[in-house]
Amino acid sequence: MTLTGFVQENKKVGWNRPPVIESDGEGELLEVAMGPHHPSTHGVFRMDVALDGERVIRLKPVFGYLHRNHEKIAEGTSFLGSMPYTDRLDYICSLTNNWAYALTVEKLTGQEVPERAEYLRVILGELTRVQNHASSIGFLIQEMGASGTPLMYAFREREKILDLFEGLTGSRMMCNYMRFGGCRVDASPAWLDATRKVVSGLPGFIDEVDRLLSSNEILMARTQGVGILRPELAVNAGVTGPMLRASGVNYDIRKVDGYGIYNRFNFRVPLGDHWDVYDRFMIRMLEMRESIRMLEQALREIPAGPVMDPKAKIRGFRPKPGEAYGRIEAPKGELGFYLISDGGPNPYRYRVRPPSLINLTILEDMCLGQNVADVVLIFGSVDIVLGEVDR
Amino acid sequence: MVERMDQVFVLFAHWLVGFLPAGWQPVAAVLLSVVVIICLFPALFALTTVLERKGLGRIQNRIGPNRTGPFGILQPVADGIKSLTKEDIVPLSADAVVHFLAPLVLVVTVFMGFAVLPMGRGMVLADIDAGLLFFFAMGASTELSVFMAGWSSRNKYSLLGAMRAVAQMISYEVPLLMSSVAVVMITGSLSLSRIVEAQNHYTWGLPHWYIFTPWGLAGFVMYAIAATAETNRSPFDLPEGESELVAGYHTEYSGFKFALFFLGEYLAMFSISGLGTTLFLGGWSAPFSFLGWVPSWIWFFSKLMLSICVFIWLRGTLPRLRQDQLMNFAWKFVLPMTLLNLMVAALWRFLGDGWERWVICSAILLLAYLAMGWLGMRQGHIGPRRYRYAD
Amino acid sequence: MITDNTVGGILLGEGILKGLTETAKNFAGSFVSAERLTTVEYPEQRVAPIEATRVFPFLVYDGKDWEAGMRCVACQICEKECPPKCIYIEKSKDKKPDAVGKPQFYPTKFDIDISVCMSCQICVEVCPFEAIKMDTEFELSTEDRFGGLLLGREQLSKSNEYYHEIHATEAANVDASLAAGRAKVDAKTTAVAIAAAVRGAEVPPRPAEGGD
Repeated sequence: MTLTGFVQENKKVGWNRPPVIESDGEGELLEVAMGPHHPSTHGVFRMDVALDGERVIRLKPVFGYLHRNHEKIAEGTSFLGSMPYTDRLDYICSLTNNWAYALTVEKLTGQEVPERAEYLRVILGELTRVQNHASSIGFLIQEMGASGTPLMYAFREREKILDLFEGLTGSRMMCNYMRFGGCRVDASPAWLDATRKVVSGLPGFIDEVDRLLSSNEILMARTQGVGILRPELAVNAGVTGPMLRASGVNYDIRKVDGYGIYNRFNFRVPLGDHWDVYDRFMIRMLEMRESIRMLEQALREIPAGPVMDPKAKIRGFRPKPGEAYGRIEAPKGELGFYLISDGGPNPYRYRVRPPSLINLTILEDMCLGQNVADVVLIFGSVDIVLGEVDR
Repeated sequence: MVERMDQVFVLFAHWLVGFLPAGWQPVAAVLLSVVVIICLFPALFALTTVLERKGLGRIQNRIGPNRTGPFGILQPVADGIKSLTKEDIVPLSADAVVHFLAPLVLVVTVFMGFAVLPMGRGMVLADIDAGLLFFFAMGASTELSVFMAGWSSRNKYSLLGAMRAVAQMISYEVPLLMSSVAVVMITGSLSLSRIVEAQNHYTWGLPHWYIFTPWGLAGFVMYAIAATAETNRSPFDLPEGESELVAGYHTEYSGFKFALFFLGEYLAMFSISGLGTTLFLGGWSAPFSFLGWVPSWIWFFSKLMLSICVFIWLRGTLPRLRQDQLMNFAWKFVLPMTLLNLMVAALWRFLGDGWERWVICSAILLLAYLAMGWLGMRQGHIGPRRYRYAD
Repeated sequence: MITDNTVGGILLGEGILKGLTETAKNFAGSFVSAERLTTVEYPEQRVAPIEATRVFPFLVYDGKDWEAGMRCVACQICEKECPPKCIYIEKSKDKKPDAVGKPQFYPTKFDIDISVCMSCQICVEVCPFEAIKMDTEFELSTEDRFGGLLLGREQLSKSNEYYHEIHATEAANVDASLAAGRAKVDAKTTAVAIAAAVRGAEVPPRPAEGGD
């Protein structure tokens, strides 16, 4: 069923919120602040939880501890100068942040991107997706108490991918690689060979994690049936990314928009049917496999050519007045940039649509009535990065 | 010569005690054994902490501690110095006497449990007729210290953690005892040295250890599960989970008292492994009759360290169970299986010698296990899933 | 609609046993293969440096004397483009000859505050003179918190040979493009001189006469 179909179906029955759980009135509610210093929150984030025994009655997320004025700084910096700041939004996936911003500016100016650059963007974007999903799964299991074993395996693979990033862009995490009209530097054949080698080792790693975890009874008992997010609610709240697909809604921006050259790649979109934490975990595993297929295809088909339009301006870049909204399927959801230009060197308005923040808005609905030990797991399955939530 | 090696400690003790007048000798002998136990097992504990960290490290593709001494052997010295020099913080509102006594109670009762374990041929400190009963009495007393710690801290989170820990330990006492009762039934005695002697016979070079019988194997598995839960080890370590809300009953302890809790937990692990070895793995008896020349105490300690390695292995692999799942598991799965095991052990005894009893007992246990396992997973709606892709 | 696509019931404990074998394989493998023991014991062992690494900028100078051979002409483009504004340049009043002898301004002060610099490399991208490049040195801790991380032009100046050491291919490309640029300038001046000499045989040389 498509997204529109879903919306139509559910408008008929009414957008139901899950019932509000009331406490039985005996005894006071235990009010606890989980965080901001907490070994399992993904950064500085606080949850004010009201508990009745073990059940969650109320949950209020409090964030803003990492606010760094990104959007205001962008109003005082040139368009190019904002590119390194976008690295630091979702600091685990810097290349997809760069891509979203470059895409938006290219939309604003109507700039074309050479083909080799598009292939490189796809390769780097999918590598970012693989290492993000691997880390996310690792952190989720770490919170469950497996003393970090899957996390260490995930980071072992992530190190290889980060070494690739360093070889091409110069930096492991803050890549600052995409430019308006292409990519900053070209990839050498040696780098492409190294990438092929790393990509060939990835399926073995995913199989290893699969064997270790996917049919582990304890994992299944902890995550199945926990943190259910109904599809109508997900769509209503604007949730995007693997969380939305785990709730059964078929919406992947790479298929819907077909930005870049994604319509040349045949990849499948996995969907979840039980809408719980286990589905989100498995959807990320399956998406990693799909990304590897895309990587293999891109590495085979990448053409020769320039990676940057030679007429594109680096300095003195003043787009004509106008506005544009550009979005991509970042590993965490729909990452969008909204730019208004008034003809000057700096943007008039620069707005980021952070997927982590939007996905976090229904945390309370998912956690109501659940055991407090599961709140940590549900929070981990949303997969947020505070750099993006707080900007 | 072989006899000498086997009895070397007994002979040494006799020689030492021989220097004293006859009236003092029995007391001196006991005191000497007590001193040996008090020195030996904490040394083993120190070795185990290093082993655990190195083992977990190797499982996670990393080296464990290796800077303090060769292969990190001196790490416990560093940890000991740290815990001794830390400030001993006692909360102002805490019940000072109980707060002080709780770790002491733990350590003392755990040490008492070692008194009845036969660590070699004729090397048991107190050869009581009801040795097993004494051991379980001491083991149950450790739970008192857990509650004392939680109560005296006057901290609602510590109290919650302590209550959870005590509930867990009490729930798993029953399967622990029940699986041992099967052994007692077959041996006909509660005395641990007689249980070991009953297993010290060989047929065609293979030993008569109880683990090599169907009811013994099932009993050992359930004993192992209950032992893991008793000592609050992963996957049952929710009471001391770092990423959970309640921080556990030893939150308010620092410095040496915390080290004593840690020591107590590991000593409990040793003593319960020692008991498991005695009951099911044949204690100090050699695995093959031709290996009888190796001293008996070497066999006992090797089997003990093997059990510790299995504990470490479990910790490195499995995520932890939630509290209610843990209790469900104890009462709804492990306890019925242990009761069934008792009946199967009785059946084993009365079917007489021959191959039929192997087949019948194994079949009953296997079918029961499959049925209950399948039923449990079905009821909780947990199981591996197949995922669909969008079209 | 929650569909029940659980794949039958499995043997309870099967998944746990599979997990245990995986960890045992990793444990055993960590003693025999480097793939399963990825720790590099820094600082005794080091990872092979990757060529494209960038940490903080440095100023390139040609030749032996850092002051005379500095390529930077204090155009202040990098100062303007730097996003966190970590570069501070003071331009000189006089000019000094550069590598080809042409008189250029030079920076009397060139400060980079590396506690502010975010290693984005935009200064390198926008420099028209290939004067500022990215260094790979990262062990820069200092105990002086008031100025220990503020690098002046002498600390920032490193030779072109050093640049070749740390970024071999990049330095080779830069040298080639600089040489090509110089060759073009040489060709132009030679053409101008020849034209002037030709005209000089008939008419006294006139200043500021453009050749072609």
